[in-house]
Formats: sequence, C-alpha cells, structure tokens
Amino acid sequence: MFASHNFRSPLGRAQGLGTAKEGLHHWWAQRLTALALIPLTVWFVAAVVGLVGSGFEEFVAWLSAPCNATAMILFLGVSFHHAQLGLQVVVEDYVGHHGWRIGTIIVVKFMCYGLAALGIVSSLIVSFGV
Amino acid sequence: MTQTAKPADRPLSPHLQVYRLPLAAWLSITHRITGVGLTGGMLLLTSWIVSAAYGGESYAAFSAFVGSPLGYLLLAGFSTALFYHLCNGIRHLFWDAGLNLEIVETRRANMVVIAGTVALTALSWLLALA
Ligand code: HEM
Repeated sequence: MFASHNFRSPLGRAQGLGTAKEGLHHWWAQRLTALALIPLTVWFVAAVVGLVGSGFEEFVAWLSAPCNATAMILFLGVSFHHAQLGLQVVVEDYVGHHGWRIGTIIVVKFMCYGLAALGIVSSLIVSFGV
Repeated sequence: MTQTAKPADRPLSPHLQVYRLPLAAWLSITHRITGVGLTGGMLLLTSWIVSAAYGGESYAAFSAFVGSPLGYLLLAGFSTALFYHLCNGIRHLFWDAGLNLEIVETRRANMVVIAGTVALTALSWLLALA
C-alpha cells in the first residue's frame, strides 16, 4: 500500500503548484516542529518532575545551566511555532466568515509569537541573573 | 424542484447526533482538543518563567497558585493532554510516512495511544509526588 508517497502530479510539482503554494510549507513545518517536540517534551516533563517543590534559588540555579536554558528556549520557541501553525488550521476549519477568519488567525499568531518572546526573554533574564 | 420545503422522510447521511463515532474518530478529535488545550498549558509554563524573571516574590506567588487545588487541576489537565498529544502525534507522523494505515494496525495503535497516555501520566505523577 502506498508504495509511492508522491501524490502530486509531475507537472504540478514542476510548476510548484499547490493550493496557494503555501500549503506544503505549512504542512512540512507542522511535522518538523512535531518531530522536534518529541525529545523536547520528554526533556520538559523530566525537568518539571525534577523541579517539583524547588524554591526560587533552586529554580534560578537550574535555569542558569546552559543546557537547561537552551532546551527551555527551544521548547518555548518550537512549541509556540507548532501551536501557531496548528491553531491556524483549527480556525480555518471553524470560522466561516472571511474577515473573522483572517482576524482571528492574526490575533492567534501575534499572541503565540508574543508569548514565545516573553518566555524566551524571561528565561534569559533568569539565566543571566535575576 | 417542486417540493423542496418538505422534510425528507428518508435517512440522511450519518449525522453526529445519530452516528456512533468509531474510537479512532474520538481519538482524532481529542488530538485537536488537546492541541488547543496545550496552548493554554504553554501559557502556564510562560507564566512560571516570567514570574521567576520578576524575582523571588512573584515566583513564590506563582508557586502558591500552582500548589492550590485549581493549580493541581490545571497541571493534571496539562500533563494528560501533553502525553496524549505526544503519543497520538507520533502516530500521526507514522501515518504521514505512509505507515500503519491498515484498519487492524489503526485499531492496535488506538490501544497503544490510550495505554501510553495513561502509563506516562501515572508514571510522571508518581515520580513527581514520590
Ligand atoms: C507542547 C506543546 C504542543 C502544542 C501547544 C501543540 C498544539 C497543536 C495544535 C493546536 C495542533 C492543531 C490540531 C489540529 O489541527 O487538529 C497540533 C497538531 C499536531 N501536533 Fe501538536 N502540540 C504540541 C506538542 C506536540 C508534540 C509533542 C507532538 C509530537 C509528535 C505533536 C504532534 C502534532 C501533529 C503531528 C499535529 C498534526 C495533526 C493533524 O494533522 O491533524 N504536537 N498541535
């Protein structure tokens, strides 16, 4: 079954034709972020389990370690990127009116990027010394 | 053409109210629901780091909130949703690779996803509270 995973016609591929040429990139980015999130999520859960009950000093010391800070920033960035891509599809599926749809997608994307920036900047502040 | 207003007295196509969804369909909509819910979980994570960036006092306030019954409820939801979405997300990636598309395999994967979610959630709470 599905010996060939190539569902696009040769001409379509040659001309780069998709729905609006954006769909393939969106699809690929969703899968790529999902793939990256597998190890990142395992790391994140293990980290939180290890941090249960820790006070402020312990948390700051933990997030100051370069590897922890890097993984946290990656987790934040990749998760919000993935969330933003996924939420766009959800909005496209359920919001019928064109204007509302575009408006909701813009709000969702701005919020995801804003939260990602807030989380990453805060991580850096904690890492470099509150 | 003449009697369009008359209600049809024949069965219509499967409708959500009368159609019993197969398990795989429930798991599919759950992937979407957990994806949206996880964005809320990411808001919780961001708040945690932001609270630390603002200093020990706000970190203590956030910790107190997470330690409250509502906080535990949110954490329970976040962890369950995360593990479900992780397990089912890996299944999605198999599908995208053209694997596991047979009905027997899908039924087996349904069980793996459910068992994996329960096991991982239980394990991490056990480790966290031990
Ligand atoms: C950690 C935070 C995460 C958030 C906030 C999140 C959020 C979302 C959202 C909102 C969607 C859209 C759902 C839909 O269109 O029905 C989605 C889809 C998806 N997620 Fe996640 N997700 C996260 C983690 C993960 C992880 C760890 C995986 C692991 C593989 C994953 C795999 C997927 C896949 C494959 C899809 C596409 C499903 C489809 O095509 O219907 N996600 N995610």
